[in-house]
Amino acid sequence: MTPFTQDLLIAVVKIAVVIGTLLGAFSLMTWIERRTLAFMQYRLGPNRTGPFGLFQPIADGIKLFFKEEVMPAAADKWTFLAAPVVAVATALLATAVIPYGPPFSLPGWSWLPEWLQGRDVQILIADLEVGLLFIFAVTALGVYGLVLAGWAANSKYSLLGGLRSSAQMFSYELALGLSWVTLIMAAQSFRINDIVAGQAGWFWNWNVVLHFPAFLVYFLAASAEVARIPFDLPEGESEIVAGFHTEYSSMRFALIQMGEYINLITVAVLATNLFLGGWNSGIPGIPETLLGFPLGFLWWGAKVAFVLFVFIWLRGTLPRFRYDQLMQFGWKVLIPAAAVWVMIFAGWVALAGRGG
Amino acid sequence: MDAVLFYVFAALAVASAVVVIAQRNAIYSAFALVVTLCSLAVIFALLGSPFIAALQVIVYAGAIMVLFLFVLMLLNVRREEDHPAAGGRTLRGVGLALVTLLVLQAGTVLLRSDLRPAAEFDASTVEMAETLFSPQFLYAFEATSILILAALVGAVVLAKKEL
Amino acid sequence: MENPAFVHHAVLLSLVLFGLGTLGVFLRRNVITVLMCVELMLNGVNLAFVAFSRAHGTLDAQVLVFFVMVVAAAEAAVGLAIVIALHRHKDTLDLDAFNLMKG
Repeated sequence: MTPFTQDLLIAVVKIAVVIGTLLGAFSLMTWIERRTLAFMQYRLGPNRTGPFGLFQPIADGIKLFFKEEVMPAAADKWTFLAAPVVAVATALLATAVIPYGPPFSLPGWSWLPEWLQGRDVQILIADLEVGLLFIFAVTALGVYGLVLAGWAANSKYSLLGGLRSSAQMFSYELALGLSWVTLIMAAQSFRINDIVAGQAGWFWNWNVVLHFPAFLVYFLAASAEVARIPFDLPEGESEIVAGFHTEYSSMRFALIQMGEYINLITVAVLATNLFLGGWNSGIPGIPETLLGFPLGFLWWGAKVAFVLFVFIWLRGTLPRFRYDQLMQFGWKVLIPAAAVWVMIFAGWVALAGRGG
Repeated sequence: MDAVLFYVFAALAVASAVVVIAQRNAIYSAFALVVTLCSLAVIFALLGSPFIAALQVIVYAGAIMVLFLFVLMLLNVRREEDHPAAGGRTLRGVGLALVTLLVLQAGTVLLRSDLRPAAEFDASTVEMAETLFSPQFLYAFEATSILILAALVGAVVLAKKEL
Repeated sequence: MENPAFVHHAVLLSLVLFGLGTLGVFLRRNVITVLMCVELMLNGVNLAFVAFSRAHGTLDAQVLVFFVMVVAAAEAAVGLAIVIALHRHKDTLDLDAFNLMKG
């Protein structure tokens, strides 16, 4: 088997693993979110379907599958059908350059073909030289899902919601990109693996400590990008019905929701990799593997879970921004803050001659 | 492998460019232009310039075309008027475009049909940044920021209802 | 690179795109579509620059591509603002309707 075919096979397996896990995580996240929000609001949340309501996502899936697909008569048919596809496609595309755990070597089990035994792999589908730029580019394309959805249904609520949504999204994209600039300067590379490697050692080496303003800007900009409360005006139910996805029902709605949750998970994983030290444990003495299992997955998983919990916590606690407040915050507060931090850090690098 | 990808995306770019100029509905033209821009970005990456490829998607497909779509949606453009242009204008237009194309094509074929990729080519972002901030281009780089400021102010003033 | 001729073919592709853009500018009557065809022409030029940069092995042409993109963004913004102002006056986007300076 040629090396090319081997790499291709491994890549296909990685794609299957990542997409399968993401879809599973999406359903689990809906349950986790509803239970956590419920507990914060002093009620129980889904607890009837299955033990602790764990079958609720399955029940929701079955319900959505059997619902009637309604398409407004005056809707632009092909755009209407294409919008959820674009939303999910761009969400999944961004997952191609993000590492989902540390590099580890496959154990030498005898049932594996010999070119696989002991091979170094990492759950990272494409290790691009310009990884972060690629994510930025795909986020820029993510706006189209909203624009298409808002336009296609040919209804006032949808159009208004779609325009607001996309304006919000590309306003906060700038702040998002600017927050990464200092990380790239510090690691001198666009690859996420390099940024994680730069955070090895003690936990005060993590970028959340060294680049705290960038972390704040990133967190707020990312919340706005995935339209989480407090930035969820695009789907503000009490104000513009359901915004850009008003006219979508059944599986198309489920697809749009899937795109949003996958965006959320991507943003949380990025926060972990870029700022919270990725799969580094933060304490140098701990061994890398325990009985052949790479412990990096544990630290990484715990951090991602924590970030997701903070997102849900914010959702349960804060009210929603008004649209003009939202735009002012993005343009007049976040972007200048990110730019000032870039200037400070760049000045420090230039003056101190410090490489990283 | 590179060559196969190049021809596939070149065909896609030409096909969607034809849709841009042929489609009656302006919004579909805009979407087709986005497809063209993204396939061009892939071709830029195949030609060894990942930075320009990323910029193409971020700036052109991600910002400029969104601006076009916003304006199209706000002005609620539906279908273009279907009656053909008056007085043989179509024929003259097509003729002029074809003549331009032929002249340029002749120039390329006669003068530079020996284009081959250079042996060493490093277009990584570090090299790009070094070239951009080199004394040769630094002044132009700073001037573009003033250009963008002027465009920003101009766009706001022009589109305002009352000054 | 298995087929080194594709740098030459990239220049041909840029010609085709430029020609299609010119065709669009002459044929279409909607102002915004004409602007989009102008963007198509600019992209053809960008592709030619990148292909030549690859052929010569220098990065100067790519810096020019960067500047072309910036100028195209500025031009698109101002052009669309003008279109919005025109639409406010005439309530149409047909090029033939804006003929005040004719004859």
